[in-house]
Amino acid sequence: MKTSNSQWKNRLAGQIAPGLVQELDVYENEVALRKQGKIDEKVFAETRLRRGAYGQRYDNGQRNDGKQTRKLEYPEAPTKGPNTLWDAPGMMRIKIPYGGVNAVQLEVLAELAEEYSDGIAHVTTRQDFQLHFVHIEDTPALMRRLAAVGITTREACGNSVRNVTACPIAGVCHTERFDVTPYASALTYFLLGHPDCQDFGRKFKIAFSGCRDEACALVRMHDMGAMAAMRDGQRGFELYVGGGLGTVPQQARLFAEFLPAEELLPTAQAICRVFARLGEKKNRNTARVKFLISKLGIEEFKRLVGEERQILAHDDRWTAYLKDIDTTLKEEPLRPSSLLEIKPAMPEGFAEWEKTNVYRQRQGGYATVTITLPLGDITSDQLRAVADISRKYIKETVRTTVEQNLVLRWIPQGDLPALYNELRAAKLATPGAGTIADVTSCPGTDTCKLGISSSRGLSGELRERLAEKQFVMDEAIRGLRIKVSGCFNSCGQHHAADLGFYGVSRNKAGYTVPHFQVVLGGQWQNNAGSYGLAIGAVPSKRIPETVDRITSRYLADKQPGESFQGYVKRIGKAACKTMLEDLMVIPEHDAAPDVYVDWADAREYTIGDIGVGECAGEVVNPIDFQLAACERESFEAQLALEAGDASRAARLAYESMLHGATALLKQRVPVFAEDGDTVVGHFRTHLVDTQLFHDPFAGAKFAQYFLKAHEKWELTVSPERAHQLVEEAQLFIEASHACYARMQGAKR
Amino acid sequence: MQHFRVKIFAQPVAVDFDPGPAIAVFHRWIQESELPELLIDVADYRHVPDGPGIVLMAHDAVYALDQTKGRLGLLYTRRSVDPAETAPARLQNALAAAHRAASLLEAEPEFAGRLRFEARSIEVSVNDRLLAPNTDASFAELEPVLRVAVDAEWGAGSYRVERSGSPRELLTATVSA
Ligand code: SF4
Repeated sequence: MKTSNSQWKNRLAGQIAPGLVQELDVYENEVALRKQGKIDEKVFAETRLRRGAYGQRYDNGQRNDGKQTRKLEYPEAPTKGPNTLWDAPGMMRIKIPYGGVNAVQLEVLAELAEEYSDGIAHVTTRQDFQLHFVHIEDTPALMRRLAAVGITTREACGNSVRNVTACPIAGVCHTERFDVTPYASALTYFLLGHPDCQDFGRKFKIAFSGCRDEACALVRMHDMGAMAAMRDGQRGFELYVGGGLGTVPQQARLFAEFLPAEELLPTAQAICRVFARLGEKKNRNTARVKFLISKLGIEEFKRLVGEERQILAHDDRWTAYLKDIDTTLKEEPLRPSSLLEIKPAMPEGFAEWEKTNVYRQRQGGYATVTITLPLGDITSDQLRAVADISRKYIKETVRTTVEQNLVLRWIPQGDLPALYNELRAAKLATPGAGTIADVTSCPGTDTCKLGISSSRGLSGELRERLAEKQFVMDEAIRGLRIKVSGCFNSCGQHHAADLGFYGVSRNKAGYTVPHFQVVLGGQWQNNAGSYGLAIGAVPSKRIPETVDRITSRYLADKQPGESFQGYVKRIGKAACKTMLEDLMVIPEHDAAPDVYVDWADAREYTIGDIGVGECAGEVVNPIDFQLAACERESFEAQLALEAGDASRAARLAYESMLHGATALLKQRVPVFAEDGDTVVGHFRTHLVDTQLFHDPFAGAKFAQYFLKAHEKWELTVSPERAHQLVEEAQLFIEASHACYARMQGAKR
Repeated sequence: MQHFRVKIFAQPVAVDFDPGPAIAVFHRWIQESELPELLIDVADYRHVPDGPGIVLMAHDAVYALDQTKGRLGLLYTRRSVDPAETAPARLQNALAAAHRAASLLEAEPEFAGRLRFEARSIEVSVNDRLLAPNTDASFAELEPVLRVAVDAEWGAGSYRVERSGSPRELLTATVSA
């Protein structure tokens, strides 16, 4: 913690908007009051979250060091939230609306990374920046320094409207209807701190896209997504609502085929009001707007929003921004356009880099250049280098991307070789943007409290292996996308990847083994047009082999012109699973101890006092077989879904949960009838009421999937409901594995 | 002057030197409470060229087998401040902590014979731009503090002090024999 913190207020006097100064003064006071114990910890937790100050792994003061769980003995102090210690390092999320960032902002980010964090700034999958290992008492000064250069962290976390994202090539793109940047910006600042957005049960994410078919903004996986559209020469948006990833991914539903631009802000406000009024507040697990829309139905939701829109008091801001729409945020080049001259002696590596990292803009003679950031990480020195470059070649027109990279817009094409040399000097000229080597990852177990497996460790490993091979790869493989999440919450957006992975764990002979679920067939194109489904869990250390296997089979077996999604669909998920079956087998601990250690870690993944008994290597508890059988049923449910048999899919999904519950109950109840009602009764008594089945973070969420499926059982179900049940069953089985580990005494 | 950073440069290493084993070493240090600070966790930044390398995060300090600006070294960054300490004492303590960690690292079997630190080549920075911007005035304030601390270790007059880094960077001095 810096002793200079209190001095920043005076130092930056006059550089921060007065309203913002007051807001930050209030926050600084709240930090002081909480330190004195004068504010309730829950209230303070939501306060800091709404300011972007987030928790980080081990902030409950406990950490397993590979041998034992140890208490982290921080100095005596209050908590900064339930079970969250004051002195434990935290994460700071910094909102970057539509990803737009200028040189001085990059320089300040560099300073903050050095002074308050560990020298690294991290670009997230939602175009934010994050700093890790930040002390809570440093956050007010950090926020003031950001505010002085026009950046807010307000509502970066918590139950609020999160960063509004947009295509990083908006305004220079060939396929866009129009530049969505000023609309994204207007909506950001209209909703920021808006009274109608302060009472949500959960977060609300918004994205803008300039067109329908490209991937850039992933509109279909957002709570609200707007795609630019034109009608009779008038600008507007094809508006979607209720998309989301997380545990139960849902494609957004069409709200309006054409919403005139002047209706964008009031309609968003009306949507927020309906969400605040009717959205779930008590159970966080069903509080996203997608659940409200599922409950009400899209037509009823639209009707309610329409009603709300009618009674909204007029606000001039709804349309005030439109009068300058073509000049606000309009970018201009710094240098005249020019064409790239291909000379015999181009810089080393230029050709490979130019092929993947350069996009020729709609404006002739200009290019947008992608700076590939490994796992979204950039050092302070590199941030300053990007700031310098952005002043030299362009008018500081830099954006972050949802693929955790940076783009420089308006580079004269003739300057590309010189720019490449400067990027190379800063170690920022890695080729392979948007290829299989450009792996996206959430923070996972590195810093996230909910992480199950090391998504960054795995992504770093994949990146290194694929970077070496990418120049000799077939184009069909090179163009695939890999996305990795550390758990089912999908922050790495694994559902929208050709090859997606999310962290899970499995048990073997008293040990817990880090795994990743393999998710195939998701679609990055069409704004995340379709999601993949889980194929099966593979030990983390076998994932690189899994990638090799899947991609080489695709290359060998694909039909002419067949896409990866098409291939996966054609051979079916059963064949995909068969392809990986040998890799799913967990070797014995003594035969392959490295499999029991996660990537980029040295600690044994399994912890606690579970001994390796003399029979542990050979004797398999029947429950292992039973849970494996449930997984098979769940998988068959996916196949039924794929074959279009929704009723069979739903039945199999339900039965897989029933059998999972039965298997667990056999550990607790000696004899019982195995019909649904009896199992549900025992399940409630022995596993739900005792909280044994509760997920440490999601609580009773997964248990409720089963209980609800049983209560509301119907023979005929819609494909949508069947899809949901199949997803829920998969998660229920993951929770069953975790519950079984807890029953055994394993810590995870 | 507070929040000192001390980097002890490594002697040239083999071209294929891999800092990766520091992950296991730092985890072991946590297990065995090898350092006086409360040790929290290990972060792997090998994927970032010229970055912080492998980081051992503690409550009061950050240790790293660091590769910033392409120079391998043991970097110690003090996070907390004891208001009762004088500036030279703070720097002396930071130097001692960095040397202790560097010696331990050299002796670890994972690096045996492959990693040696220079006895007399360090970089000292002040990690607070408000209290110590990288200006002539700040450097004039830092130098005597630095000389008191380094004299005590190396002996007066046996080394050179040079200011380094651009005004945007932290106030930094390189000290070499
Ligand atoms: S996906 Fe899971 S592990 Fe990754 S950041 Fe989100 S919650 Fe954390």
